[in-house]
Amino acid sequence: MITIKNISKAFDDRQILVGIEGKFQPGETSLIIGGSGTGKSVLLKCMIGLVKPDSGEVMYDGRNFLTSSLNDQKAIRREMGVLFQGSALFDSKSVLDNVRFPLDMLTDQPENEKMDRAIECLKRVGLEKARDSMPSEISGGMKKRVGIARAIVLNPKYLFCDEPNSGLDPLTSAKIDELIAEITEEFQITTVVITHDMNSMMEIGEKIMFLYKGKKLWEGDSASLTHSSVDELNEFINANKLIREMEK
Amino acid sequence: MSRLGNYFIFLGTLFRNREKFGVYLKLILDECTSIGVGSIFIVALVNTFIGAVTCVQTAYNLTNPFVPKNIIALIVRDSSILELAPTLSCIVLAGKVGSNIASELGTMRITEQVDALEVMGINSSSYLILPKVIASVLMFPLLVIMAGFLAILGGYIAGTLAGVITPEEYVSGLRFEYKPFGVAFALIKTVVFAFLVSTISAYQGYRVRGGALEVGAASTAAVTNSCIAIVAADFVLTQMLLT
Repeated sequence: MITIKNISKAFDDRQILVGIEGKFQPGETSLIIGGSGTGKSVLLKCMIGLVKPDSGEVMYDGRNFLTSSLNDQKAIRREMGVLFQGSALFDSKSVLDNVRFPLDMLTDQPENEKMDRAIECLKRVGLEKARDSMPSEISGGMKKRVGIARAIVLNPKYLFCDEPNSGLDPLTSAKIDELIAEITEEFQITTVVITHDMNSMMEIGEKIMFLYKGKKLWEGDSASLTHSSVDELNEFINANKLIREMEK
Repeated sequence: MSRLGNYFIFLGTLFRNREKFGVYLKLILDECTSIGVGSIFIVALVNTFIGAVTCVQTAYNLTNPFVPKNIIALIVRDSSILELAPTLSCIVLAGKVGSNIASELGTMRITEQVDALEVMGINSSSYLILPKVIASVLMFPLLVIMAGFLAILGGYIAGTLAGVITPEEYVSGLRFEYKPFGVAFALIKTVVFAFLVSTISAYQGYRVRGGALEVGAASTAAVTNSCIAIVAADFVLTQMLLT
């Protein structure tokens, strides 16, 4: 379980996050939603240690990530898988080598075991045939799936996805959502997804946190998402014509 | 001053919390190929012509009949070994290798590849930059040795073809008053230049924030700052080692 307590962050005199609290359970896909510039990505970066918050705690199964020693932080990081917004695949490595990379760097497994595991993960995301392609030769959706394969190759306990649907068509987007939800349930991973995609919210949002101007304004599940009394959330959701039609 | 301080802090991160040595070995070999083999053509071309031009221009300026012709070869030899081969080659390499390092790291930064390494618990600066620095320090001297040889050869070819010096005079000039420390001096300078070019360029690329425009700016800054560092270090080293 991941627990965040009172996370605040400012860049110069601009307050980005104000006292964010939350709990993310294993085997559950939790969504952090909100408009652009509301601090979703900064919150995610605070959680995975890429940005140091000004105050607050990030606990991974009771271990305080921010105050841990470098070695303990490394150990926690090795239990994380992260899917970046732009997939962040290494341009100079093939699809297979990208997926193998964490195994090469962080484990002492024999070569054949590493290869088997990388191929197993590529099969899981349906990309075993693209193993020898370079990232520049595959589509955006395929890159996201390779990113997921790389994120799960070390059997992570925590999976973070930063806008996994950005730049994808609705069909590919739905497939990515489905894949994330399946993996989360299958391996009982604690998954946190940053998104502003309405389909994702309705399909995989077991728990949803709504951020507005750096503050958490609402928390609930997808069923209660359209019935909240928070004006900002309703405005955010009703910006989607489809939702408006459904409401009618 | 704060940028200088940040540069030294950045240098510290290269050597802290490193990965296993085996990880670096393959990366260093790859970088040696990219930095060393990939730069042979441009370094060879520039130095051959510089040697040729030095020979012809020296001959043009030596009008006194009491000065023996073999002095032309001596001047080509000393200027090539002491200054042209190490300094000019490293300025050329700052343009080729430095801009490449800065733009590669800058692109990795803006496409979150650096972040991907960090979240895996890998020291990204050490993993990405240390092999480039080591490869530069290994390959620049080899390129400079080749550059010095080709500059002298270029002078020989140009001088004899233009008829300003005979082959015998050129060879005798090369042997005249030869001080072996000149080669050691050139190699010491080259190692310092290699370190400066690779680390300054890496620093510029690694700290990029933004997009393509910033990557371009970092690449330009890498080349200009490297060139400034080279000429400043050249003066300091010459003062320290030759006076």
